[in-house]
Amino acid sequence: MGKKKIWSFITLMVFALILVLAACSSDDTSSEQPKKEDEGTTEKETSSTGNKVLIFGRGGDSVSLDPIAVTDGESFKVTQNVFETLLNFGEQDTTIHEGLATKWEPSEDGLTYTFTLREGVKFHDGTDFNAEAVVKNFERWASGSEDKFPYYASMFGGFKDDEGHVIESVTADGDYTVVFKLKRAQAPFLKNIAMSPFGIASPTAFESAGEKFGDSPVGTGPFKFVEWKRNDSITIEKFADYWADGLPKLDKIIFRSIPDNSARLNALLTGEIDLADGVNPADGKTVEGDSNLQLFERPSMNVGYLGLTTTRPPFDNVKVRQAINYAIDKQSIIDAFFEGRAEIAKNPMPPSISGYNEDIPGYEYDPAKAKALLAEAGFADGFEMELWAMPVPRPYMPDGTKVAEVIQKNLEDIGVKAKIVSYEWATYLEKARNGEADAFMLGWTGDNGDADNFIYVLLDQDNIGSNNYTYYSNEDLHKILIEAQTEVDEDKRNELYKQAQEIIYKDAPWVPLAHSTPLLAGKADLTGFLPHPTGSDKLTNVDFK
Amino acid sequence: MLHYIGKRLLQLIPVLLGMTFIVFMIIRAIPGDPAQVILGQLASKEAIEALRGKLGLDNPWYTQYFDYLIGLFKGDLGESMRTVQPVADEIWPYLAATFELALFAIIIAVIIGVNAGIISAWFQNSWFDYLAMVIALIGVSMPIFWLGLLEQWFFGIELQWLPTSGREEVRNPVSAVTNLYVLDTIINGRFDQLGQVLKHLVLPGIALATIPMAIIARMTRSSMLEVMRADFVRTARAKGQKMFWVVYKHALKNAIIPVLTVIGLQTGLLLGGAILTETIFSWPGIGRYIYEAIQFRDYPVIQSGILVVAFIFVMINLLVDILYGLIDPRIKYD
Repeated sequence: MGKKKIWSFITLMVFALILVLAACSSDDTSSEQPKKEDEGTTEKETSSTGNKVLIFGRGGDSVSLDPIAVTDGESFKVTQNVFETLLNFGEQDTTIHEGLATKWEPSEDGLTYTFTLREGVKFHDGTDFNAEAVVKNFERWASGSEDKFPYYASMFGGFKDDEGHVIESVTADGDYTVVFKLKRAQAPFLKNIAMSPFGIASPTAFESAGEKFGDSPVGTGPFKFVEWKRNDSITIEKFADYWADGLPKLDKIIFRSIPDNSARLNALLTGEIDLADGVNPADGKTVEGDSNLQLFERPSMNVGYLGLTTTRPPFDNVKVRQAINYAIDKQSIIDAFFEGRAEIAKNPMPPSISGYNEDIPGYEYDPAKAKALLAEAGFADGFEMELWAMPVPRPYMPDGTKVAEVIQKNLEDIGVKAKIVSYEWATYLEKARNGEADAFMLGWTGDNGDADNFIYVLLDQDNIGSNNYTYYSNEDLHKILIEAQTEVDEDKRNELYKQAQEIIYKDAPWVPLAHSTPLLAGKADLTGFLPHPTGSDKLTNVDFK
Repeated sequence: MLHYIGKRLLQLIPVLLGMTFIVFMIIRAIPGDPAQVILGQLASKEAIEALRGKLGLDNPWYTQYFDYLIGLFKGDLGESMRTVQPVADEIWPYLAATFELALFAIIIAVIIGVNAGIISAWFQNSWFDYLAMVIALIGVSMPIFWLGLLEQWFFGIELQWLPTSGREEVRNPVSAVTNLYVLDTIINGRFDQLGQVLKHLVLPGIALATIPMAIIARMTRSSMLEVMRADFVRTARAKGQKMFWVVYKHALKNAIIPVLTVIGLQTGLLLGGAILTETIFSWPGIGRYIYEAIQFRDYPVIQSGILVVAFIFVMINLLVDILYGLIDPRIKYD
């Protein structure tokens, strides 16, 4: 190739590029105005013809859309609208209501449950919903394994050949009656049935799709699956044959992943999304001050805490743990970093949960008392420790590092020198689970609103090495918690949990910090959106004014 | 020439092999267990053990590594532990998204950066020179994170000119053919969507272009200054050639080699994924794909993702080396 040719070629390319760029930029500016109006009119037109689209911005993508196969909240946010469970939680609480079953009767001994199913329900692929379908779903789950269906294992004690498996049998009695027989009573059984992972799937679809079912989910829900662009968006649209007349109100929902909280709020402000999950507490006021937007509060069902690893000296000494509890000024933390949208925690579970012990006094902020306790424990001059700060924001802990700094100052006041350390999230969890932290920040959002899902999961000795990160064990507590799991009488059961909370209060394995109220923001004309405490929102009744 | 290219391609093999080994060892050295992350917080120890067995994580590291290598030679990039999809199937849309954005950004960076550098050198110590170099300095030191949010606020919220997130207008989605949306909209004949897709490119494109643009401008300027002092430039001027042609034809040609190197390296870096830009602008690109895989300890995705990115990086550098020869006849590869 001659020199000249190369040069004329390069010049030509540059010219072409400049032209293209000029074309783009002129397109951006000159056609801006008319395009805006275009969009405006089409929106109006379409809303009058009933084409209502909601764009829901959230922090991450789903892992799979087969609800039984996943444990992450971002998957359930979608499947909650594609699948339905036999029973539903209340609109904003975890009481039990009818779902695909209209009636449910437990036997006297709590070992048999008879469900009467809703008639005239169809799956999105046209398959009839009936007792046989329910039985097939439970058969599919019970013959799985924990790596396939993790929530089934943790809620129903394993799989069909396991010793601990709670369900003896699930049988159809006619077309619309299903009978569950249990090996032993399980107090939160109905609450478990209502959890999003146990959405009933079309047997035709999961039998033919096999492992790929999570890419093309088929349920009975108000919306059916349309498209999934990984890490970007998931689209679901109205199911025309939905059993409830006039529902859902929206025609389409698009879930968009916008990982950064500030960027998500920006997208809401520009109108690229209609509803934003995970609003920073600090942005709550901005949203409230904007007449085009409204702020939603998700009812609190979480706890953020500072765990004290009870096997690591000096935290093996109960007096030291109590001293740390007295030393920390929870109210200041809540005012500064939760913008007041949280309440002080004194128990390991939030007050909305049945069995919460109101009478626990909690450890008030009292540095003098803390110092005295430290002296009693033989640490009058304090000691040095590591304080682990959460590297990621979570609804129960919006800014781990800053909260850690306050705690560090509080501890300094009683003579304890805390060094703040942090790791990448998966590393943090692994090291804390191995008991490598002196004191670490963590939290929990409830799955089903049951006390067992907080106290047993987080503090029983059975869960050391999994969710009991503090290695706390107490034989009396263990007995009470195991008894409560099978106690069917609600009052007796609540009494057991109240006792459990007293033991935990005295042993002080944690400094419970806060029960926060997670925030969402949406367009002002959005109606019928009720955020659910579990984080899985049903969008059936959502509409635009 | 072909001989040279062949030699370079052969040299690639040990480089990429070495890289797979380093990546493989590093991700296994960091704590965090894929099985635990997949099964979630409620998982029992037995289940985690079982899944580790199933994923082959129980095998000694060298068995795992050689299994992976054998797969690679068969053209198998492995399967994502989290989504249970083959990485080779999953990776293309992400790669395409990054490719489109990086190309857009580098075009902006080259056109503005090279010209700013030339003019600065031409009118050395003029107000333009000072202004351009101050802007370039700010450009290199600007945190992308902050610039991105600022852009969103100004062009998105205040002026309402441009969209702030994603690749497309989701109410009017592009049906993917190649996953390069600019191309797809043209193939589909949807010119309304082409405008929307281009608009979505502007803000992340500018954010991504800022640093390379500044580096390119500074490099062009210094390289040009050196050449402008050369004898042949004086001769060309003395012959009465117009300054514009002296600068853009004779001087630039001699000054462009180091600039080209920088452009090549920067393009490689941009293609390696710009995590911050992709996060701020919700761009479903390769950077975020790998970053999320790291959070989930999805070993096959991390390994193969980095491998693909590294491969592209070295290929671009090879391309730049070949370009040298085309531009400067003194450089010969034999």
